[in-house]
Parts: sequence; structure tokens; C-alpha cells
Amino acid sequence: MSILEVKDLYKSFGSTEVLKGINFSMQKGEIIAILGSSGSGKTTLLRCINFLERATGGQIFVDGECIFNADEKKKISAAEQRKRQLNFGLVFQSFNLFPQYSVLDNVTMPPKLLAKERSDYKTNKKQIFADIEENAKMLLERVGLSEKLSNYPCELSGGQQQRVSIARALALDPKILFFDEPTSALDPELTNEILKVIKDLALKNTTMVIVTHEIEFARNVADRIIFMNEGVVLEDGTPEQVIDNPRNERTRSFLAKML
Amino acid sequence: MKIWLSLLEGFEFNLMLFGGTIVCAIPLGLLITFCSMSKFKPLSVLSRIFVWIIRGTPLMLQLFVVLYVPGIVFGVPMKSRLLAAFIAFIINYAAYFSEIYRGGIESIPRGQYEAGQVLGLTKGQIFRKIVLFQVIKRIVPPMGNEIITLVKDTSLARTIAVSEIMMSAENFSKQGIIWPLFSTGLFFLAMCGILTLLFNKLEKKLDYYKA
Ligand SMILES: Nc1ncnc2c1ncn2[C@@H]1O[C@H](COP(=O)(O)OP(=O)(O)OP(=O)(O)O)[C@@H](O)[C@H]1O
Ligand SMILES: [Mg+2]
Repeated sequence: MSILEVKDLYKSFGSTEVLKGINFSMQKGEIIAILGSSGSGKTTLLRCINFLERATGGQIFVDGECIFNADEKKKISAAEQRKRQLNFGLVFQSFNLFPQYSVLDNVTMPPKLLAKERSDYKTNKKQIFADIEENAKMLLERVGLSEKLSNYPCELSGGQQQRVSIARALALDPKILFFDEPTSALDPELTNEILKVIKDLALKNTTMVIVTHEIEFARNVADRIIFMNEGVVLEDGTPEQVIDNPRNERTRSFLAKML
Repeated sequence: MKIWLSLLEGFEFNLMLFGGTIVCAIPLGLLITFCSMSKFKPLSVLSRIFVWIIRGTPLMLQLFVVLYVPGIVFGVPMKSRLLAAFIAFIINYAAYFSEIYRGGIESIPRGQYEAGQVLGLTKGQIFRKIVLFQVIKRIVPPMGNEIITLVKDTSLARTIAVSEIMMSAENFSKQGIIWPLFSTGLFFLAMCGILTLLFNKLEKKLDYYKA
């Protein structure tokens, strides 16, 4: 069964239709890179899947269970909505770290708040928090930031901030991790450190959807490439199929510009 | 010595008015902010009109309105001039504070809320754990300015014959003694000086990160 299935997703802002029926699914452990020219709807797609925008049509399934249905008007409880939300993690283009918290606190704060809902929270709080902190330190070490635990985001480079935000997303152990152009706010020298982290996650079989303009990186790391154009999926296949032998004129001209 | 005492007595009123306004207007302002940012249109429009009127008219006029309108229009005369002064100041400053809060809240980037949401925080947690502190950091400097203005504004209470320090000082000048006017200035200077120091300290404290 697919871990994620997106069915016929539509999104309009007022009268402009941005997503015009997106369909794709992915398997556990798979890595998809989404390519497409500016304005083709990549960010909007990620935002719809992550509940930051409400899609105007279509459904989304996780592990076969419907977590979004545009036609369903019934109000979903806040708790249920959060449970659905936590299937996913999202790494933003602009990091969006919390400036008033240290690096370590940025990573531990969400899981600590979430732990309040555990039934053993009251009796076992010390242990739970210790585990959360240990896990956070392990993740920060994995992204190469064990030296920076007590620094504040404003004291870090863009690349370091983005690595914190990746650790922060991982700390909630999402089933699927989404990246929206994780390197496009960074200098070229800093881009590589992020790409290295993502490659490392790929080795650990993290299920990921990565919107990127780095074609070579997409080819190296992704199992599958989706090429979007004007709100539809034009190509969906292996890197060889999509990048080396695109079926579509649009894809070819896009790649020609990028490579 | 008698003159000093009388000035001090006058200033005691200024301090009371200052304290009372701070204590009441800070939360009331927050209430107005929530109203003016409410998704319920009539409420937000109404409270924005209210804020516009309060900020668009002189505090002195508002003092007279609070003092006389209840008696003349509604037949329930204002019980005391003191009370009138408190009400007018609290309403006036709540309106100013509410705008500062609103500016602070609106200056928090949407990405902070979105990050909170995708990390599974509740709306309340997003406000308390992420937004609130950043708002406080941003509003401390403008609040400092406004509060120092308040110190000096308390002297306006004399216009409705509340015996505050300026009034005492003026009475002495009428008797031909001029120095109380200058000493009065010292009271205000000292008060503003202390507040400036306090706010600078607070700003420094909040300056451990750059936003
Ligand atoms: N909130 C919004 N209101 C109105 N239009 C929007 C909104 N968000 C996005 N759009 C429009 O939707 C279209 C697709 O935008 P989107 O950000 O999804 O593109 P993208 O593929 O991510 O582009 P880029 O590569 O530049 O990031 C654009 O034409 C944009 O103007
Ligand atoms: Mg985008």
C-alpha cells in the first residue's frame, strides 16, 4: 500500500486555478523530487498536503486512510487535525526557526508540548523529557550541529539554521518529510551542506518529497522525479526517464534552461 | 518646606493616576486588540472606529467629556473628578496600547505560525510559546515611549480641577513664588528618568537574540 496518495488535488486562489488535478502516490522509503518552473504550483502543492492551504478539490490518503477530503464539509476536531498534521514534516525555504529559543530548545519544544498528551506524562515526565532531549541531541549531531546546542538561531549561518530546522522536523518522527526548496535561500557554498544532510537521510530510508531546482542533486538522490507545469504533473518517472529522456517539450525546454 | 510638601502631595496624585492607568489600560488594551483583530467584522470595525476616535481627539477633550457627559446626557453625574480622570486616562491609553499590541502581533511573520502548525502545536500553544514573547520584545520600545508620555500627560488632569502637582505649582506662582514650577519639572524629570532606565534594562534583557 502507498504511504501517500494524492488524488485529483485542485487549488484555486479566487479565480486563479493553481493546481489542476494533481495525482501521485509514493511508497514508504521512496524519495521524490519535484521539479518545475517558477509559478507551476510546487509550493502550493506542498502547502495543501501539509494543511497550510485548504485544497479546493481532491483527496489525500496516508497508509490508505483518508486524511483530507475537499468534499467533506464536516468539521474535524482540532485534536484529530493535529494528529493528521503530524503524519508530515515540512522544511521551509525560509527555515522559520523560533528566534527566542536556543538550537536545542527549537528541536525539543514541539515534542515536549506533544508529550503532554501522553497518558503517562504526569508520572513519567522526567524520563520523557530526558528521552526527548537525548533524541534531539542525536539528531543535531547527525546534522553536524552538536557544537551549537545553546546558540540562538540569529547566531547561525543560513545553512546551519536550515539544518536545525531539519532536525526540528525529524524530532517528531514524521512518516513523510517534505522540503520546499531547502537551499534556495542559501549561498551556493552553503547549499552543499544541506544536500549532504538530505543525502544522509536518504541513506537511512527516510521517505521524502523534495521540491528543488538542483537538477543534478535530484538525479542523484531521488528515486522518482515529478515534473510540474502550470498546475499539472507533466512527467512522473525515474530520473533517467524524466531528466534524460523527457517525453514532453515543456520538460525539455525547462531542463535545457536549468542544466 | 511647606511648599515641597504640597508639591509632593500633588505629585502623589500624578503617581496614582499613572499607576492606575498602567494597571488597567495594559489589559484593557489587549482586549481592544483582540476585538479589532477579530474575524467577526462588526466587532473589529467598531473597535477600530473607537480607537480612531480616541486617538484622533485630544485627551483634554476626553477628560471633559467623561466629566460632563454622564451628568448632562444621561442624568447620572460623575461622582468625582478623580474618577473621571481615571476613566478618561484608562480609555485613552488603552486605545494607544491596543494599537501598539496590534502592530506587534501583526509584525510576527506568518512563517512562525505555520512552523508551529506543522509541528503539531495547538493555536493556544502557538500564541503562548512562539508569538507572545516575540510580540513583547517588539512592543517594549514603543510601550516605553508611550508610558513616558503618560507620566507627563497626568498633568492634564488639572484641566478638570483635579489637584495634581502642576496645579499646586501654579497656585504658588500666583502668590509670586516661581521656583515650585521648576521643582515640579524635577519631579517629572526624575520619574521619566527612572522609567527610561528601567525600559533600557528590559530592552537589554530581551536583546539576547535578534529577530
Ligand atoms: N496565497 C496566494 N494567493 C494568490 N495566489 C497565490 C497564492 N499562493 C500562490 N499563488 C499563485 O499560485 C501560483 C503558483 O505558486 P507556487 O508558489 O505554488 O509556485 P512554485 O511552483 O512554488 O514557484 P517557485 O518555484 O517560484 O517557488 C503562482 O502564480 C502564485 O502567484
Ligand atoms: Mg515555491
